[in-house]
Amino acid sequence: MLKEYFALVFGAILVNNIVLARFMGICPFLGVSKKMDSAVGMSLAVTFVLVMATAVTWPFYTFILKPHGLEYLQTISFILIIAALVQLVEIVLKKYVPSLHKALGVYLPLITTNCAVLGITLSNISDKYNFVQSLLSALGTGLGFLLAMVLFAGVRSRIESNPDIPEALQGMPITLISASILAMGFMGFSGLVTGLFGV
Amino acid sequence: MNNNLKVFTNGILKENPTLVLVLGTCPTIAVTTMVSNGIGMGIAATLVLICSNIVISMLHKIIPDSVRIPCFIVVIAGFVTIVQFLVQAFAPALYDALGVFLPLIVVNCIILGRAEMFASKNGVLASALDGLGMGIGFTLALLVMSTVREILGSGTWMGFRILPESMQPIALFAQAPGGFLVFGLMIALVALITKKKPARVGEGCCACPFAADCARAAEGGKA
Repeated sequence: MLKEYFALVFGAILVNNIVLARFMGICPFLGVSKKMDSAVGMSLAVTFVLVMATAVTWPFYTFILKPHGLEYLQTISFILIIAALVQLVEIVLKKYVPSLHKALGVYLPLITTNCAVLGITLSNISDKYNFVQSLLSALGTGLGFLLAMVLFAGVRSRIESNPDIPEALQGMPITLISASILAMGFMGFSGLVTGLFGV
Repeated sequence: MNNNLKVFTNGILKENPTLVLVLGTCPTIAVTTMVSNGIGMGIAATLVLICSNIVISMLHKIIPDSVRIPCFIVVIAGFVTIVQFLVQAFAPALYDALGVFLPLIVVNCIILGRAEMFASKNGVLASALDGLGMGIGFTLALLVMSTVREILGSGTWMGFRILPESMQPIALFAQAPGGFLVFGLMIALVALITKKKPARVGEGCCACPFAADCARAAEGGKA
């Protein structure tokens, strides 16, 4: 049981990395990875909201939508829950934990439309995870996002300062090509979880 | 009339949402492993884009400015749900292939971006044409990208074999790294042909309604 949970978290971080293997959250991955500290701040904000959103959407689906046969309202209700939650988190942090709000507040407006949050809450349902599994998958996904962001922020700082890049490749193209090489590295992790935990 | 034509063609070439503005990167990289999935995603997003543009251009005078983004998202999410039903009923194979990326059309920044930048400022007809043009631009970009990736990665096009059996396809192109690589090279190619500088990261998102917030976040809240 415990082994399965570990496998789930490690799988979400390394094997099914949210950005590099599942293609979600690419906007912040490209947009907010210029500086290391903002990359870390953004990732922590995403992790926080992901876990909170899962903690609300999973019970909402299981105890309200499903018993009433309203599964088709999943997409629209989840995005509303996430939008409201992000607002709420911002208000609560501002009032009660101003230090955390100062650190994460600037990233919160970007998270509502971050497809990682909606994507993971939806796939937790379609993968038929239970509540604990859903929370762990959200946590692992958030940590995987953090790992990808930190690695890529390091790569980006080298690219940005390199003057030798051909003009047509400058900016977005070279950033995407380096992301491709990073994704290639992450492909090496496939099979890791099966090998380590045997599930 | 001439003006409407300009609005329509704008999204296809000059401001192609995918290859020039670099919006909607997630679905672009995720679904272009097969041509059929790329076209399916393009058509689904186009339908949502046209409908949401029409409704938002009609409602923009009623929606209070401070809550416009949540309102836009609700309208878009409603149409996405309708499209989900349609795809599930008429193209179940596509429904399974697109998976979570079908509901994720809700947060595709092309759609929210056009709602914010165009539909909330223009009339119904112009907004519908803008939605159609942008949708076709998105679909064409997906078509080109998925053509490259399917031929190189699987040796087929729309399921028909193109490369001879004896040639081993480069499976990497059908996987994650190939998506990033082909996308990056396509943007570079378009920049080379149009003799314009490719979008800088951050700047390229100028059509995204969150560009200002994103730039602020990238600088750690100082800008």
